[in-house]
Amino acid sequence: MPVITYREAIRYALAEELERDPNVVVMGEEVAQFNGAYKVTETLLAKFGPKRIVDTPISEAGFIGMGIGASMLGVRPVMELMFWSFYSVAFDQILNNAANVRYMSGGQINCPIVIRGPANGGTNVGATHSLTPENVLANHPGVKVIVPSTPYDAKGLLKSAIRDNDPVFFLENTILYGDKGEVPEAEYLIPLGKADIKRKGTDLTIVTYGRSVIQSLAAAELLEKEHDVSVEVVDLRTIRPLDIDTVLASVARTHRVLIVEEQKPFASVGTQLAYMIQREAFDELDGPIHRLATIDAPAIYSPPVEAEQLPNPQRILKAALGAVA
Amino acid sequence: MSKKTTAIAEKKDAEGVSDATRHRAAPINTQLSAEQKTDLYRTVVRIRRFEERSLRAYLAKKIGGFLHLYIGQEAVAVGCCSLMGKNDHVITAYRDHGHAIAVGMDTKPLMAELYGKITGCSKGKGGSMHYFDPSRNFWGGHGIVGGQIPLGAGLAYGIKYKGLKGAAMAFMGDGAVNQGAVHEAYNLAALWDLPVIFVIENNGYSMGTSQARSSAGDLARRAEGYHMAWGTCDGHDVYEVRSVMNEFLNRAREESKPAVVEIKTYRYRGHSVADPDKTYRDKAEIEEYQRTKDPINVFQSILVAEGVLNDESIGKIDTEARAEADTAADFAEASPFPTVEDIQKDVYWEVDNPQHKTSEGRLFFE
Repeated sequence: MPVITYREAIRYALAEELERDPNVVVMGEEVAQFNGAYKVTETLLAKFGPKRIVDTPISEAGFIGMGIGASMLGVRPVMELMFWSFYSVAFDQILNNAANVRYMSGGQINCPIVIRGPANGGTNVGATHSLTPENVLANHPGVKVIVPSTPYDAKGLLKSAIRDNDPVFFLENTILYGDKGEVPEAEYLIPLGKADIKRKGTDLTIVTYGRSVIQSLAAAELLEKEHDVSVEVVDLRTIRPLDIDTVLASVARTHRVLIVEEQKPFASVGTQLAYMIQREAFDELDGPIHRLATIDAPAIYSPPVEAEQLPNPQRILKAALGAVA
Repeated sequence: MSKKTTAIAEKKDAEGVSDATRHRAAPINTQLSAEQKTDLYRTVVRIRRFEERSLRAYLAKKIGGFLHLYIGQEAVAVGCCSLMGKNDHVITAYRDHGHAIAVGMDTKPLMAELYGKITGCSKGKGGSMHYFDPSRNFWGGHGIVGGQIPLGAGLAYGIKYKGLKGAAMAFMGDGAVNQGAVHEAYNLAALWDLPVIFVIENNGYSMGTSQARSSAGDLARRAEGYHMAWGTCDGHDVYEVRSVMNEFLNRAREESKPAVVEIKTYRYRGHSVADPDKTYRDKAEIEEYQRTKDPINVFQSILVAEGVLNDESIGKIDTEARAEADTAADFAEASPFPTVEDIQKDVYWEVDNPQHKTSEGRLFFE
């Protein structure tokens, strides 16, 4: 099976969907001539031309709103945010217009838009460029939220997202863009709302998503080797819809839970998970639900310290030992 | 309703021909049959009576939330929407009742929406500010000032992308021109030659703040900064609105060029019915407009002079419009509310179309 990068996986998903459906348009800052700020869209302009691959001005509220309007007429825009952090300047468009228009019209209007781009810390770009808004986005009924951790997942989920008739927000990660993984050449789709057990284990369930999956897998190796703790890692892949059943089944096997998220702790995705696990699997728990989140402050710039602010294998290892103690 | 309209202050060109006369003589107006002219007049009256009836229902506590009345501005929506072809689209803000009626929506579901009933045009989920009817190319009804304007540019983008000959009209109030999203949409529309007309319905007040206190410079002239065409017109005369908008719409359809058109109008009521309307303007100002520029009276006297309307037909149209508004209110009153189970319908396309469902997992939470 070919081994490709996370970046290429996203690019191939875009290319296949552009090929399949003439209504798909890729739009965003620097996506065409510049080949993408993170080179995700490299080669697409040459292949599909300027009608399908569109450079926008730095004008997120304008072009995202425009994409929403176009989607109501049946265009299927895939909008790139150079950073999801910039969603703040398009907040009204994303979360008032895209999220609500179907509801407020009594179901008369669909908004089949995809908004994608990286949402992560760890690159020493400071607080304004390090937002992880999956919890804020998922708080809005009407939208779907995906945070893939591997090339395989990124490709299969993005293709499903582009075919989805509801607004889908796809949160990538600049640190993962160069990560490699096996991706089949044959076309495949991964349904939204299906978690994936990335590692089997018996003593502890780590529920996580995005880059924290990779960090948790590294921690799980250390826990196995150094502490004889067998960890199961559940990758949510999609935040909304949420595959809580896979989480609960894992909890029923291990009876202990650690939630790991690159996310500020207050009202995070983990907050919702913890509520649901205690509500629906209380009797399966042998101890309190633990959580490891980003240290609760704006993203610090200082490179060695930012690495400590985020979930990392050592922090996860320590939290996991607390959870199984 | 056959009050005489007093003379309107008229601008005149070099040959002494007034704007109003020129616009009335525009082919887009002279080509109308008597029946079509009567229909335009009827729509103006129907909007007025619908809103007056809705105000009574509001005061009787049948309607919740806000109610932003369009009374005084009717000729704008009627004039603009009467020009719509198959591939033309409309989007507006929260003062949307006039546009909804002008594009042809039935007043029963419109009133029912105000009452919060399941028979409402948005099933009681949108309310006064959120009317929609995509089957009539009417895309709302939006609550956030200026937030709909990028969507309007998007409708134009969609028209152009699909290779259709059409135009989008994106309506906003004079308060919206200071929102960043509006300027972002201007830039995109001009940059990409989108067939969109940004229509500023300038009623003089952004809520309770006059234009002089909120906006620097001329509103439509801001288009020049984006190398966009722009124009202004008086909004109390259906013929003038049609004449001016027709030129910009044709240019948009034929050449795919955007424009900004500022239509001067006036609202008789407060910003919403919650506005006591006592702090920022005086009664004399309202009365002056009503006396000289009321859209019903102005169009009525034109059509009487043309021999299209007479006292009998004017009376009949008014009686029918009042009866229609009462029928709409009766329909709304008699209709059921949505159920608690309805709250979670119409959130996701996928949930409402289970035969096409592809995702798994939970979409709703407790």
